[in-house]
Amino acid sequence: MATVPDITVPLRLLDLPRNLPARVAEVDWALLSPPEARRLRELGLDEGVEVALTRGPGMLGGPVACRIGRMTVALRRHVAGAIRVEQGG
Amino acid sequence: MNHTPLVAVAGNPNAGKSALFNALTGARQKVGNYPGVTVERHAGRMTLADGRPIELVDLPGAYSLDPSSLDEKVTRDVLLGNQAGERRPDAILIVVDAANLDNHLRFALQLIALGLPVVIALNMVDLAERDGLTLDPAVIERELGVPVVATVAVRRRGLEDLRARIGEAASRAAEAPGAHQVEHDIVALQRRARQIATAATLSETATRRWTHRIDSVVLHPVAGMAIFTALMLVMFQAVFTWSTIPADAIEAGIGALGDIVGGALPDGLIRSAIVDGVIAGVGSVVVFLPQILILFTFILILEATGYMVRAAFLMDRLMASVGLSGRAFIPLLSSFACAVPGIMATRTISDEKERLATILIAPLMTCSARLPVYTVIIAAFIPNTAILPGLGLQGLVMFGLYVAGIIGALIAALVLRRTVAKGASSGFMMEMPKYQWPRLGDVLLGLWQRAMIFLKRAGTIILVTTIILWALLTFPRAPEGQSQIEQSIAGRIGAGIEVLVAPIGFNRDISLALLPAMAAREVAVSSIATVYAIDDSESGAGETALRDNLRTRWSLPTALAFLMWFVFAPQCISTIAITRRETNGWKWPAFMVGYLFALAYIAAGITYWSAVAIGL
Repeated sequence: MATVPDITVPLRLLDLPRNLPARVAEVDWALLSPPEARRLRELGLDEGVEVALTRGPGMLGGPVACRIGRMTVALRRHVAGAIRVEQGG
Repeated sequence: MNHTPLVAVAGNPNAGKSALFNALTGARQKVGNYPGVTVERHAGRMTLADGRPIELVDLPGAYSLDPSSLDEKVTRDVLLGNQAGERRPDAILIVVDAANLDNHLRFALQLIALGLPVVIALNMVDLAERDGLTLDPAVIERELGVPVVATVAVRRRGLEDLRARIGEAASRAAEAPGAHQVEHDIVALQRRARQIATAATLSETATRRWTHRIDSVVLHPVAGMAIFTALMLVMFQAVFTWSTIPADAIEAGIGALGDIVGGALPDGLIRSAIVDGVIAGVGSVVVFLPQILILFTFILILEATGYMVRAAFLMDRLMASVGLSGRAFIPLLSSFACAVPGIMATRTISDEKERLATILIAPLMTCSARLPVYTVIIAAFIPNTAILPGLGLQGLVMFGLYVAGIIGALIAALVLRRTVAKGASSGFMMEMPKYQWPRLGDVLLGLWQRAMIFLKRAGTIILVTTIILWALLTFPRAPEGQSQIEQSIAGRIGAGIEVLVAPIGFNRDISLALLPAMAAREVAVSSIATVYAIDDSESGAGETALRDNLRTRWSLPTALAFLMWFVFAPQCISTIAITRRETNGWKWPAFMVGYLFALAYIAAGITYWSAVAIGL
């Protein structure tokens, strides 16, 4: 995948092209409930961690699958929407 | 101190903890429960090279010592020495996935800070290598200051070394300060874990992992759903077709046993009790063992391969629409085998209200205990005309009953989540493990444990209820020329119930069967069989097959209403008991029994009167 768009401004993980590696720029923890935020941290999500979207929400708005470090994790849409990513993977 | 050292096996979910535990302890395991909670306690023994025994306890997988589910709470409480029924471990064996160090070392750091002697098993190093990851265990050992052993549990690599290190750690236990410090700063721990993981990584090539390739198909909205549907179809088809031969063999065996015992005993009450009561009653249930084992084989394999979480992913959208999450799919699928393990599996759902709703709808999944009832009634009343090649009317009716249960469950969840189990969705966040070949030994061990649970039930609850029912049907003895059934105690109770259920088309025989069927649904079949066996021997008609008896004594609308009743009715003491234990009181089991009986009554009534109206 050489002709992927440049990510210059932080993009939501939800909007990232499939399988394009990126780095977590910031997480809007306020959009998440406290248990959600804690579980997300426990799954290794943190600023600077490498992530990629491996399966988007689909037309029906189902969950998304993403890679966090070397782990694959299922998230609901709104969680993937709270994660901002930048180029570099 | 003279006691056997206790070593807790702890780690993240998907670290290969249970496989390592199985490899270390072999078949010398005991499965029990922690008092007060239904979290299973898996304990086993291993022997050190010098002959000293060590007791291992396999703790539920956790991400941290801040529990978000009942499972994780047990893990924390055992490690802190606060779990009732468990002494504080002398040492911890921490299992980490070599291919996921960033994450697993974080929990390891939190565990090391507890101050107990620790050994780390750097597990699944072979899979890490396959992923292009080369690690240096010595670096981790130096950074953490605790022994690290590279292992491959499924290939038994590194086990001797690991055993020796566990032995050393256990003997250091006496000197350990046992500080109860829990480090709660997840972010700080995570960053430290990442530093260590980076330092320990000798080389890392970006190989495209198998798991990603499979996921790109399996999670696809169209292809993935097609695969999921096909898998479910194959699974349920297998439950019915593969079980025919072993089930027929068991049935023939039971028939032969009845003949031999019947021939050996003199005619009279004892023979009637053993042949009509015990052998016919227990036998009619044991016949379903093959079906139950086939269903559990599929469930165990789906779990062991890592597919189950993908299925949960695919189901999340549907489940979200009724206020649940994909996580609820796993306990609900288990409930197709039996609601008891299904309800127990809900303990991984962290949200209390969501868990409650899942428990309340679990009995609507068509469990294997309903199969005997469905099979017997369908075989007697539904002609096996072919509709499509490979699909007969009987199969279609069976499928319809399953679907009725599922739709009923979805509607019930929707209503429950807006009323008694009201609450915002807790979301769906789940780690998707790497795909793995299931290990035959682990699947067989799981099947063996399930089979034993079922046979114990057949040998206890079902045995006792069939004997009681036989006695209730046999006494007091009817005077010459009068019906034994009507004169018996059961007949009088049945007559009382009949008043209630006559409006939905149920006859006396069904009324008689409903009470004992509370013990377990499948008892309905043996009860009706027992009723007719006694009736037939009274009237001198001889042994008429249950199927012929049903055909002559029941109308089609009654049979259909009876089937519908069993889709909804909460006729299972075990389910009610487990619900009481899981919800800590009688309130929710009482609610569950009430709403399900109401649904059953309404559904059976509608079915009966509709069938009568269209002239069936």
